[in-house]
Amino acid sequence: MAKGKKVPEKILRQVPFCPGCGHGIIVRLMMECIEELGYNDNVLIGKPVGCASLLDNALAVDTFTGAHGRNGASMTTIKRLKPDMLVVSYQGDGDAYNIGFSETMNAAYRNEKFTVITINNGNFGMTGGQMAWTSMPGQVTATSVNGRNVELSGMPIRVPEMIASSFDTAYVARGSLFTPAEIKKTKSYIKKAMQAQIDGVGHSLVEVLSPCPTNWGLTPLASMERIVNELVPYFPLGEIKNKGGK
Amino acid sequence: MSKVIVSKDKCKQCGYCVKHCPKQAISFSADFNSSGFKYAVVDDSKCIACGMCYTTCPDGVFEITE
Repeated sequence: MAKGKKVPEKILRQVPFCPGCGHGIIVRLMMECIEELGYNDNVLIGKPVGCASLLDNALAVDTFTGAHGRNGASMTTIKRLKPDMLVVSYQGDGDAYNIGFSETMNAAYRNEKFTVITINNGNFGMTGGQMAWTSMPGQVTATSVNGRNVELSGMPIRVPEMIASSFDTAYVARGSLFTPAEIKKTKSYIKKAMQAQIDGVGHSLVEVLSPCPTNWGLTPLASMERIVNELVPYFPLGEIKNKGGK
Repeated sequence: MSKVIVSKDKCKQCGYCVKHCPKQAISFSADFNSSGFKYAVVDDSKCIACGMCYTTCPDGVFEITE
């Protein structure tokens, strides 16, 4: 007999993301992990500015929307004031990397004991698909209409690898969503990242390669194919660093 | 007996469930839901309630009963 499966009760309503957007899956994974770890009533989710702002009033837990990109600083404050609370910063790549690079890196540098989930979809989704640091070479976006020229703008950035190799943090991983198996692996990464925070080991970050069918100009299934064929060779999946629990 | 319940008005026709269903039990409807999408329909005679549709759905369309 199969086990019953139901969307976590703390997700109050359907969030109006575009059809095929990965945000819906990642939000569900995050809320499932919080529920399974027993932190439904003692959690704070830091929302970014961007597509995930659509989460307003959708989650029946404490949330906080920081200034654009500054959740690394906001979540530091909250975690220091409420050390027993599970603090999760849910950010897009534009918010966490382009706009808030300083805050994201400084929080990791200080090894602040909260969890960051970044959704890497290779562009600024909410504002119409402008080029981001994570856009691939040759990728056509609203601000690189002839394809991204890496001679002018540099190669895509791999922040998880930078954090894992430079700072003494607890857990860094990168997952994706293109098959049910990958979705389950991504969930295990998110859970381990939260566990590292609960155990007080240190800062944890999980990046998720997520499809953006609307701005990529592809169908949802073709977007998943693009992740497999174009993104995964450049952004390798798996655990990058795991210091383990106490 | 486990069963899949479909909330048809949440469906946005992305097709992840149709692709990943191991029994090819899911197809799109002929008519439209309240948002204007063709929604997922589960063939109960083929469904084994494995939960792959629940896992891949971004919009919480599926619920698997115990």
